[in-house]
Amino acid sequence: MKSASVEDKLAVNKYDIDKERHIQIKEDICATCDTHPCIYACPSDCFKLREGHITFSYEGCLECGSCRIVCDKEAIIWALPRAGFGICYQYG
Amino acid sequence: MKKFDAIIIGAGPAGCACGLTLAKSGLDTLIVERGKFAGAKNMWGGAFYGPSLYEFFPDFWKEAPVERYIVRHKYSLLTEDAALSFDFTTKKYRKPPYNGFSVLRARFDRWFAAKVEQAGAVVATGLEAEDLLWEGSAVAGIKAGGDELPAHAVVACDGVNSILAEKAGLRGKISPRDIKQGVKEVIQLPRPLIEQRFNLRGEEGIAWEFIGTFSRGVPGGAFIYTNKESLSIGIVVQLSTLTEKRVSANDLLEDFKHHPEVENLLADGQLVEYSAHLVPVGGKAMMPSLYADGMLVAGDAAGLTLTTGLVLEGANFAIASGKAAAETVIRAKKTGDFSKRSLAHYPELLEKSYILEDLKTFENAPLLLENPRFYSHYPEMACELAEKIFTNDGKQRKKIWKMFRETQKSKISLWQMLRDLFRIKRSI
Repeated sequence: MKSASVEDKLAVNKYDIDKERHIQIKEDICATCDTHPCIYACPSDCFKLREGHITFSYEGCLECGSCRIVCDKEAIIWALPRAGFGICYQYG
Repeated sequence: MKKFDAIIIGAGPAGCACGLTLAKSGLDTLIVERGKFAGAKNMWGGAFYGPSLYEFFPDFWKEAPVERYIVRHKYSLLTEDAALSFDFTTKKYRKPPYNGFSVLRARFDRWFAAKVEQAGAVVATGLEAEDLLWEGSAVAGIKAGGDELPAHAVVACDGVNSILAEKAGLRGKISPRDIKQGVKEVIQLPRPLIEQRFNLRGEEGIAWEFIGTFSRGVPGGAFIYTNKESLSIGIVVQLSTLTEKRVSANDLLEDFKHHPEVENLLADGQLVEYSAHLVPVGGKAMMPSLYADGMLVAGDAAGLTLTTGLVLEGANFAIASGKAAAETVIRAKKTGDFSKRSLAHYPELLEKSYILEDLKTFENAPLLLENPRFYSHYPEMACELAEKIFTNDGKQRKKIWKMFRETQKSKISLWQMLRDLFRIKRSI
């Protein structure tokens, strides 16, 4: 079995993606962070470091809550997607 | 507006057990579930040993959507290129009531929720509990879908991230040290291949757990459970150590999947789902307050899981605590008193059941399991010793004890090892 990237893995999942993002990040706080625990904590690679800035994409979120727990700077305004949206496990 | 006797948040094992118990006693019960169907947001490793479910369904395997019954338990210690395993099976596990099952949540929770509906509760899926309703300092219902839904009691069974327990002030911020992250793949594989590769027949299944160097010193382990036509394969690792070591769970999972002992088992399989979920593993020390005026907390939301090293147990505790919460509400309904004083019956019930006893027995286990030597030094020692024993290099053989001492000395001091042994004895 070949190594699959997280992106490839998320592609097989079933999602109902909302137009609005359910998690917001406070970029001004992220700019002062040098450890970026969110990058390693997120199992779906939603947090990426691009040219020194943290970017966040919500579409592949598995709603696990890891980012909220590891961010000690309170830079993540965490919420779940609206009811009916987000990940929809078929196996679980 | 109609006032429910109880509103339960979340249709997982805790919520369904609670709802079923309440509905059977004739209480007006509503379960609110944010997923499109019960189970849509839920994931677990996939092996379930269901003594707590037998109380509700004496032969649940006949009606529940179980995948396979577990007849084989296997544990392996892995190093980069070696594996040392032990494998247990007995004829007893091949007969009802069986010892355990592999189960997929999206199917199982849906079945359980349907049972709760049949018993008379209302299960509203695709509905999110946005907030609590208050009457003074007492919880008096929830806000959901823009409506106010009053209830005598609210039971939060909304999982490890329980927003409602937080809103009720029952718990504060969770520490990443108290959390393990589970990441899982479901890999489709034809039935005959599963049976050949894992030495199974018919509906038989295996529960196979691993620890070793693939986790790069991050406390935790990996698992493979066989389903009817797929494998559940994943890892469960300490969240705080992932970020300290700057490694992601998926990297470790990929290392594990490419171990020579594992890779062949997955050949020609097709990934059909990738999922993640958190497990509260802090034990008794991380438990929130379990009740307030008009409110109770059960299951993962209450931090009720048990880690002993060989066992990571949540679903039975969820079911048992959901049931205890329901019994508390039934008692409160009789007296008409849903105050904190009345609901204090709930922790008493938990004390009486095995749940809090188990947590007390193993309260030192979470700290023990943070010991990185279990995930690198000891698997390496065991595999090296096995290699020395089994390798015929044409030289004069040594006594096993001598080989053991040589291997041990190269890895760890005898003093350190004895101290670890003592800690194991004390903790688990």
